[in-house]
Amino acid sequence: MSADVAPKPQAPARRSRRLTFVEGVLWVIRIGAILLITIGLIGSITKFIGGGGPSAEAWRDLIVAGFAQGSMYGLIALGYSMVYGVLGFINFAHGEVFMSGAMVGFFAANSLNQAGVWDSNPLLSLFIVLLVAMATSTLVAILVERVAYRRLRNSPRLIMLITSIGVSFFLQYAFAGLFGVNLRTYPALPPILSGRLDILGLSIQTRQALVIVVALVSMIALYQLVNRTKTGRALRAVAEDKEIAALMGINVDRTIVLTFAVGGAMAGIAGLLYAILFRGVFFFTGFLPGIKAFTAAVLGGIGNIPGAMFGGVLLGLFETLGPLVILDGLGIPGVSQLRDVVAFSALVLMLVFRPSGLLGERLGAEDRA
Amino acid sequence: MADTMTTQPTATADGPPEATVLAAAIEWRRTLGYGALGAATMAFIAMIGMYATFDNRLLIVPILSLGALVYFGVPLTMGYLAGAVKVVPGRPTRGHGPIDLAAGAIVGVLSSIGPLVVVALLSTDFNIRQTFPNMSPAQRELLLFGQSTGSGSLTLIGVTVVAAVLGAAFHLIHGKFRHAIVIGVETIVVLSLIELIMRNFLDNLGLTFLHRAVWVTNSGLRLIPAVLIFLLAAVLSYSLSGRGTQVKQKLTEQSQESRAKSAIAIAVGLVILVVAPMLVGSLVNELFVNVGLFLLMALGLNIVIGYAGMLHLGYVAFFAVGAYGTALLTSPLAPSFAFEMTWWVALPIVVVAATIAGLLIGAPVVGLRGDYLAIVTLGFGEIIRIGVLSDWWGPYFGGAQGVQQVPGVDFGFVEVRGVDPRAMFYVTAAFVIVAAYASWRLQHSRTGRSWAALREDETTAQVMGIDTAKAKLLAFVIGAIFASFAGSLFASKVGSVFPSSFDLLVSIIVLVVVIVGGMGHIPGVMVGAIVLIGVLGGPTQPGILQELGEYKLLIYGAILVYMMLEKPEGLVPSLARSRELHGEEAQQDAWFDKKGNLLEGGPPADGEAIRAGAVDGSPDDAKPTEEGER
Repeated sequence: MSADVAPKPQAPARRSRRLTFVEGVLWVIRIGAILLITIGLIGSITKFIGGGGPSAEAWRDLIVAGFAQGSMYGLIALGYSMVYGVLGFINFAHGEVFMSGAMVGFFAANSLNQAGVWDSNPLLSLFIVLLVAMATSTLVAILVERVAYRRLRNSPRLIMLITSIGVSFFLQYAFAGLFGVNLRTYPALPPILSGRLDILGLSIQTRQALVIVVALVSMIALYQLVNRTKTGRALRAVAEDKEIAALMGINVDRTIVLTFAVGGAMAGIAGLLYAILFRGVFFFTGFLPGIKAFTAAVLGGIGNIPGAMFGGVLLGLFETLGPLVILDGLGIPGVSQLRDVVAFSALVLMLVFRPSGLLGERLGAEDRA
Repeated sequence: MADTMTTQPTATADGPPEATVLAAAIEWRRTLGYGALGAATMAFIAMIGMYATFDNRLLIVPILSLGALVYFGVPLTMGYLAGAVKVVPGRPTRGHGPIDLAAGAIVGVLSSIGPLVVVALLSTDFNIRQTFPNMSPAQRELLLFGQSTGSGSLTLIGVTVVAAVLGAAFHLIHGKFRHAIVIGVETIVVLSLIELIMRNFLDNLGLTFLHRAVWVTNSGLRLIPAVLIFLLAAVLSYSLSGRGTQVKQKLTEQSQESRAKSAIAIAVGLVILVVAPMLVGSLVNELFVNVGLFLLMALGLNIVIGYAGMLHLGYVAFFAVGAYGTALLTSPLAPSFAFEMTWWVALPIVVVAATIAGLLIGAPVVGLRGDYLAIVTLGFGEIIRIGVLSDWWGPYFGGAQGVQQVPGVDFGFVEVRGVDPRAMFYVTAAFVIVAAYASWRLQHSRTGRSWAALREDETTAQVMGIDTAKAKLLAFVIGAIFASFAGSLFASKVGSVFPSSFDLLVSIIVLVVVIVGGMGHIPGVMVGAIVLIGVLGGPTQPGILQELGEYKLLIYGAILVYMMLEKPEGLVPSLARSRELHGEEAQQDAWFDKKGNLLEGGPPADGEAIRAGAVDGSPDDAKPTEEGER
């Protein structure tokens, strides 16, 4: 326990020269994936050259939409990544933390709309909704940590993961019970936010620009918090080694709560961004974005904060462009239904090709083994 | 809180220290904490409309409803917990006394704030239902016991306080009485919940009058029989309690899982299996079939998670392979090409398909870390579900309409279909027996031991020459085959398959069944399936408690969290598993006190002597911290 030299992470087990069945399948998957992607790309590109593809405006819109959606994923991914970095388990309930912010934010937005503030003072109302969403998500995240995870901190990882699945399930249906199962639709965005914006000759939707800017600002703020402040240093120390951090006088419990709180706050912001992009929220809203955000965290390298944002944007682009650029070229019908399949495949392929992520994992001493 | 620090533990050098018992006192932090928890829980249950829904089911006609039991069970539990004393070896413990009742009353008063807030919210003109659609005026009526706001609120407070005080009073009753009361209450609750089964059963035997005398149809027990049953159960429990423990002890001493004991259990189980379906009607048999199907899946998942220690969240994909495979091969309405095979011809092909699916899904994931494995398998499950629904695969699988007219299980002389649940149950039971026997044999085989080894420590297992990837793949494939049996039977039973039947929910519920019963333990998994699927029901299949409806999944989530926190080894744990889970805990407890502070002098020297749940060594030098307990 004390002086163990951590083995290299995820070194593929090559015990013998002989190719085992598993490795064989992995190679088939690798080669197959590359082949499929290449054929798809060639097919699509020939189609685009033949003039069959979408227009330049459509491409622009798709790419910007991918960026906007991706930066939202990135914000949620931060929560997964930070908790994984500190406690070494996937907080499955983080998607529900995100949903809680979006859901309670709706009621704030709705009452602001009924009071007429939403139209007369749009930015202020968005700010209020943002605060409500952040507060809710932070509160839910802290409560979950306190009630469920704290007592399990020393149990096997599998137990924590199963608990988080239970928490996720419970939160979903608790919200369904409290607020009903119907889709709640945010009031329409005020005119100044529903138009288009010209940036350097590029016309993009204002709401998507807003989403990207908010995500970027939050991300930079978080990065500064983690890297420049004393709290951030404590956070990194706890992620590296809890016991030694405790010996250095860091309050580990408080730091872990802080990790959940910060992750929750980011998820709350993402909740509002989701509402700006899609408007409709219901109790199951957290599930898919949650899984996708986790995928984003893995893509960028779990535990890695800039990696989460990078992975998010990458996944967003992959999800919006993938069906069109790869699947369409393969002659698959109805590609727009397969966006989620593309996202999940990205997760599977990433873990098959490079489980440590594109920018590398940042895990604590215990988790590397 | 401070006065608990008056005495030091009287530690002796040659044995565990005698627990010092201090005077009873109100622990303010604990009391206020549980009061707040009670208030929050009661407010929540009222706000989601659970109280009103559950109130429709009576347990004792006409005085006690399930809703009231659940609702006022909250302050009762909180009152009990507030008075409970956590025994930490080597520390002084607080004693019990009448002052516990005062603590209970405080908890009750605090708890009643929760429902009172709900009443207040419902009393305003503000349209609360726009936000909380389940907070109906009927709920207010119910909370106020049908009285006016003033007297209703007082009654509410009164009942809550009485419940909490009763909970606290439990600590003051002698252990034997306490046990008897609990058994009595449990008997009443169980008997009133199984009204449907008993009605069905007694009707079949021509004893309808007995049912009429004891139960009210579609409701609970009658008052007088309920009282009699309670007294009978309590008296029996009281007079037998000493002997029961002795017998249990003897059995435990002999061997935890002695062959004779399990042989008897299996024989009794088989007899029940054959006889029970004959005694009940189709409604209850339907329930049995559902339990059987979920048990079949749970046995398969048990191999993956319980034996090999892999958390597989895409398990429903294999169930879908079985169901779709059977449907496509047997149904005359199969899209693209109808093979119209009989069920038994299709089954081997389905098994081969499931094996291939197991290998294909298993191979990329067996090398992954445990939690990555969970999320990737979940991804696979979702890919398959979305794929079947899409325009791409839809034409081959029937899309959202699914496949209709799946024939039953054809035995040549008789075709067993879902309309005859009794026959269907026998077929399902046969598969369950095969699966259980296979699991049991596997567990104690070389393969089973290698699973156990890699579950405990993968690196060590590898060093010992176990091909971990192969062992994991094998677990995956066997799990897949069991699930495909269940899927195949499911398709024949329902007569059609739809993509919506293969939701992630199925995976999660099977997971809960395995965990609640006891991971890696066949009797545990059986108990889990019977209790959960039988009482609560599956994702779309109703259980005995049909009233649960929309709250079923909430309860499943809560059960999962509760089990993980309090009893991760399950209701019927295997010995190895509880040692694994509690041995570690005990070891940690030995190093740390409850607040996580490192104890001076370290853990007791004899690490091997740590038993489940108790530290056997003598932590002589374990000093209590400033605040005593908690």
